[in-house]
Amino acid sequence: MRRTGGLQLSPDRINKKVQEIKPSGIRRFFDLIIGRKDILSLGVGEPDFPVPWKVREEIIYSLEKGVTSYTSNHGLEELRQAISEYYRKFGVECFQKDVLITTGVSEGFDIAVRAIINPGDAVLVPDPSYVMYKPLVTLAGGEAISIPTNPDFRLNYERISEYRDLRPKVLILNYPANPTGVSYARRELEEIADAVIENDMLVVSDEIYCELSYNNKHVSIASLNGLGDRTIILNGFSKAFAMTGLRVGYNIAPPDLLDAMLKIHQYCMLCAPISAQIGAIEALKNEEDELEDMRAEYLRRRNYFTKRLNEILEVNIPDGAFYAFPSIQSTGLSSEEFTERLLLEKNVAVVPGNAFGECGEGYIRCAYAVSMEKLKEAADKIEDFVRSL
Amino acid sequence: MNDKVFEVLKILSENSKVTPQEISQMTGFPEEEVEEIIRKEEENGVILKYKTLINWEKAGEELVFAVIDVNVTLSREKGYDDIAKRIAKFPEVHAIRLVSGEYDFQVVVKGKNLKEVAFFVAEKISTIPEVRDTVTHFILRTYKEEGVLLFSDEEDRRLAIVP
Repeated sequence: MRRTGGLQLSPDRINKKVQEIKPSGIRRFFDLIIGRKDILSLGVGEPDFPVPWKVREEIIYSLEKGVTSYTSNHGLEELRQAISEYYRKFGVECFQKDVLITTGVSEGFDIAVRAIINPGDAVLVPDPSYVMYKPLVTLAGGEAISIPTNPDFRLNYERISEYRDLRPKVLILNYPANPTGVSYARRELEEIADAVIENDMLVVSDEIYCELSYNNKHVSIASLNGLGDRTIILNGFSKAFAMTGLRVGYNIAPPDLLDAMLKIHQYCMLCAPISAQIGAIEALKNEEDELEDMRAEYLRRRNYFTKRLNEILEVNIPDGAFYAFPSIQSTGLSSEEFTERLLLEKNVAVVPGNAFGECGEGYIRCAYAVSMEKLKEAADKIEDFVRSL
Repeated sequence: MNDKVFEVLKILSENSKVTPQEISQMTGFPEEEVEEIIRKEEENGVILKYKTLINWEKAGEELVFAVIDVNVTLSREKGYDDIAKRIAKFPEVHAIRLVSGEYDFQVVVKGKNLKEVAFFVAEKISTIPEVRDTVTHFILRTYKEEGVLLFSDEEDRRLAIVP
């Protein structure tokens, strides 16, 4: 029975864990921007390239033929096979049976933490990091513990080992990283792996930006000695193949973990959309060249933008992804003040660093997934703004 | 040719207005080196010309383009190169390529109107002794030129802020 009229609704209507979760720090900026067409946005965490035409064309064709059914819970065999072959280039020996198709890394992460976390388990999450990790760990019943990583934003043996006494069960890894652009060379990963093995942890490794790696070829941590049995790899087609809205990704994991995740996936998702899976097969088959062109273009933008930024602010050169994460501490403004004033005074949108954790305070995230012309204009405007302070 | 030269050429091929300073910022190569590469490649004839791609139809300029299939007869004295050079030198000829298939040359001719193009082909191309026959296709509309789409039916629908 529904009661209305002046009644104080109890907050207990909402699940306690959900109550605990803070709304995303960038929601306020949505409200400031909404409906405005004159914004030059470096706030977009997705490629400015549209889905490659071959992929779209393949999806259109499949729709014409009426390919619109469910797939198996695991996903299409052909796609899983193609992924297992593709992932060998990052050093991982895996097979079709090790791959589970998801509706993107967001779902992939959710089912991964739900499959392994017991109430109260400590989960180490680098700070700053992508916005979904901590809330989903909390929802899964875990205790999300931040590892501060500033000012270089890198994880290493010491930083992880400091949390030994908490007996952490899981390490969340994301490289190349959103929002910092940090990635790791093999020898750094080996150090991280040592800490993982010493503390008998599992790794959830979000490698969605693996193709956008500029300095070293991406190495999956699962390829290192002793890590294959401990790692759940999360990846997808959104960034490398610009297929964000199609929602298709995959988890690669050892058999027991994969089975556990499959149980959750089959009840909460059933399967990833078949059209997106068809597109993903085409992407892996025929898009390697376009991918290389895309990577080269992002690299030019990275070089250009960080060079310009470095004339006015301090910024580490990102190893990968399409984010620059400059410090704005020299301006004396907080991340949110800087972001809000830049938006109001120059119509340029960036994301305040504190949206990605406390250690992001004093930084802003600029996505250089925009055309060179726009990037130039944005750099000019940011420069004007900083010099006017 | 080394990777640095290729990278500079690639950037210029997309946008000839980009300055050496900007190329230096994009690539991390010193500005003087970029200038040197450009100077050298201009000298070598690798960089031929800096032109602008224009949508003439949109500009309202009534230009007529035609693609002419040309069949030729070869002889001891006159090979493909000799005939091609002779055709290429007419200012009306926009492009000429030796192609495989049913005919030998594909010639693109530019003119002010249909008549001008038709008469040019009749008087200047067909009358070359080695030319056996020609087929003229007038271009009615161009959809893509030099890898650039001449129409836009897609807009950026991304949200302004995405984490």
